[in-house]
Amino acid sequence: MTFTGLAIALLHNLFAVVMLSSIFSLLGAAVYVALDAVDVAFTEAAVGAGIATVLMLGTLALTTSDEKPARPLQVLSALIVVTGTGMVLIYGTLDMPDFGDPAAPIHNHVAPRYLGASGEEIGIPNVVTSVLASYRGYDTLGEVFVVFTAAAGVLAILGRGRRPKRRPKRKQNMKEISS
Amino acid sequence: MSLETEFYFPSLGLYWIIIVLMMIGFYIVIAHGNLVKKIVGLNVFQVSVFLLFITMGKVLGGTAPILKEGVSTYSNPLPHVLILTAIVVGVATTALGLALVVRVREAFGTVEEDDICALENDA
Repeated sequence: MTFTGLAIALLHNLFAVVMLSSIFSLLGAAVYVALDAVDVAFTEAAVGAGIATVLMLGTLALTTSDEKPARPLQVLSALIVVTGTGMVLIYGTLDMPDFGDPAAPIHNHVAPRYLGASGEEIGIPNVVTSVLASYRGYDTLGEVFVVFTAAAGVLAILGRGRRPKRRPKRKQNMKEISS
Repeated sequence: MSLETEFYFPSLGLYWIIIVLMMIGFYIVIAHGNLVKKIVGLNVFQVSVFLLFITMGKVLGGTAPILKEGVSTYSNPLPHVLILTAIVVGVATTALGLALVVRVREAFGTVEEDDICALENDA
């Protein structure tokens, strides 16, 4: 995954970059399966590797597929900022509990209740589904609102900008053809 | 003590890999002028944040949180739920960003940040 990420950073052909980002998502999905998050892996493979790639390819079709190389000064300053942030984040992980430690605080709050009671309360063996749809149903409702807002935003941005632009073009074409 | 440190390194090393991924995404966002590439970088960053959450939810020896007879250790389902929501929201924001990129291209004829700044200064 790291190599894919590096390749994304270094390549200048945007088509290759988009394909690599799709591979990146797919690798992420594989890692999710390894970390027991099968539902997340499904979603990532379908949405991250599928829909996002289609959207990006659509954008590439409407724009360009090559980028200009970055300026050296920009690269240098970016590298400095990124290294600094990374060091701070790594310092932050030193306080984190061990990977997979069952005594970590995250596993001792509401998760035991979900795991213990959701089978009887909701009646679905998949705990992720019952938490998503029942215990945290309002979150999912909010998610639906966000998706709706995004769809409305996309329609507002693309729908309004294009109609007046295309019509005169068509008229021009018609004039060219008729003349 | 030596055993403990040996156990420590790989366990935190997983977080470090994720942080490296995160920083690659961050680098793409700030170092590149192309707007499409910036959004790809944002996606890379996003996936690594998701990975960080899922990693924290893993319990060693646990299995996927689907209730079954004879299994007593499950990984934490809560991060999974949160990240499911976040993935969908992430795609929604990506779609919005790409729509803005298309619109910028229509208005300026380019998706490079430098060219847009130059055009703005000329106007």
